[in-house]
Amino acid sequence: MLTDLFPNVQMDEMWTATYETLYMTIISVIGTLILGILLGLLLFLTEKGNLWQNKLLNGVTATVVNVFRAIPFIILILLLFPFTDFLMGTIRGPKAALPALIIGAAPFYARLVEIAFKEVDKGVIEAAKSMGAKTRTIIFKVLLPESMPALISGITVTAIALISYTAMAGVIGAGGLGDLAYLKGFQRRDIDVVVACTIFIVVIVFIFQFIGDFLSKTLDKR
Amino acid sequence: MISIKGLSKVFKTKHQEVKAVDDVSINIDKGEIFGVIGYSGAGKSTFIRLINRLEEPTNGDVTINQTNITSLNIGKLRKERQKIGMIFQHFNLLWSRTVFENIAFPLEIAGVSKSERKEKVSELIELVGLKGRENSYPSQLSGGQKQRVGIARALANDPDVLLCDEATSALDPETTDDILDLLVSINKKLNLTIIMITHEMHVIQKICHRVAVMDQGKVVEQGDVLDVFVKPQSKTAKRFVQQLSPLEHNQEGLHRFVTNDSNSEVVKLHFIGNDAKRALISDVLRKYVVDINILQGSISPTQEGAYGTLYVEISGDQKVITETINYIQSSGVEVEVIQDVD
Repeated sequence: MLTDLFPNVQMDEMWTATYETLYMTIISVIGTLILGILLGLLLFLTEKGNLWQNKLLNGVTATVVNVFRAIPFIILILLLFPFTDFLMGTIRGPKAALPALIIGAAPFYARLVEIAFKEVDKGVIEAAKSMGAKTRTIIFKVLLPESMPALISGITVTAIALISYTAMAGVIGAGGLGDLAYLKGFQRRDIDVVVACTIFIVVIVFIFQFIGDFLSKTLDKR
Repeated sequence: MISIKGLSKVFKTKHQEVKAVDDVSINIDKGEIFGVIGYSGAGKSTFIRLINRLEEPTNGDVTINQTNITSLNIGKLRKERQKIGMIFQHFNLLWSRTVFENIAFPLEIAGVSKSERKEKVSELIELVGLKGRENSYPSQLSGGQKQRVGIARALANDPDVLLCDEATSALDPETTDDILDLLVSINKKLNLTIIMITHEMHVIQKICHRVAVMDQGKVVEQGDVLDVFVKPQSKTAKRFVQQLSPLEHNQEGLHRFVTNDSNSEVVKLHFIGNDAKRALISDVLRKYVVDINILQGSISPTQEGAYGTLYVEISGDQKVITETINYIQSSGVEVEVIQDVD
């Protein structure tokens, strides 16, 4: 039945592509999480009235974030080719997609992180200060835990954007389900391969959304 | 114990300067509950934040136990803040932490070991009456319970001072009374100095020993609560006292109850402290041949004893009335003649 519907789909190819997509997504989500939170923290803390109030640093960070968010992802990959080559030693395969994926998604996530931190009750930060908390303590014991549900729903949205980025990266040779859909499906006019890849990607997106919603809900004690 | 000298805070905006706190000087003794009352915008919230430097003072000094808070560097200030507890109008608890973890937070900051934290938190939970709620999250608690967590958290590092910023303003009257009772019992048990910011006069009446009245950043009046209640000097203080018992200060309504007897006087009697317990009227009636018509009266308990006022109309022979008034005065009760009906 399935082989009738999808005559050109080879399952071993599908699994390899799925693995590559998951590899790119998971590693880039971790990278985005770290870089995005760092950038988001910098944006938040250097804002007027906050702990490291600094107009210049805030302006520079905001500009960098805005510029990278403005570049379309497919162009960003091309721009980053020399950097990727230097960093990863190759410009092909799932590994080579990682720098562009992280640099493309982190600024977007940084803005979500900044918004999440802004939602943290100022009174709670003041209370922590009144107890003699250091900035480090305020970051790790107040800002991060109090904004955790928003940070998680933010990374869920970003992860889903990253899955579609991996498909785009696939088209220029990164591998994964996007690559498979383009090379084996589109170019050979085997539309069933394109459909199969689509179904796989949709399932991956649903799984990520489900995990994100579940974590965010469980951690929210408000 | 706490000495505040010439404390000022100026906020500069693009077009103007606002003196939120203007040259405030106050001395507070160990173990005292000191109230600061003012309308919103009077600068009292800024004032209390200058004490632990959540706001940096523009001018002046704050000294607590011989330590000049205003001159400390940030590291030493953080250490010192551990000895200055603070509670807030909106409690400011971490929603992500349980009751137990919230109270343990200041202990974590102070670097107390895990086993000691556990012991101390259990003690505090007992003290504020939250036994059995250790593992609840703030969202599962009522306002009064949240403030109890706030109080326990503020007491965790055995502070010398407790700063209360409108600590009861978000609570209903009954819960307010419970929290105030808790603060008084803690004040007595731990000999803790408490500075209480509020806009509610009954809070001052119920728990404070001394009070400062703030208006437009300045302290317009300060003294023993009883004195300020009985004889408010400033306009602001008068309005606050009036707000507490509006009837008592409304003399206009009195005319309707005054008889048209030509030989009568309306007087206002002030009972302070133990005088309030005496049976003065029957005492007077036994001694003098006068009629006494009680117009209105009230009595309010404060931390330093009760005080009461009574409006009466005394009628009879003019000479006897004068003798009566002299007698009342000599017995220690203050008499104010409101109106000669003649």
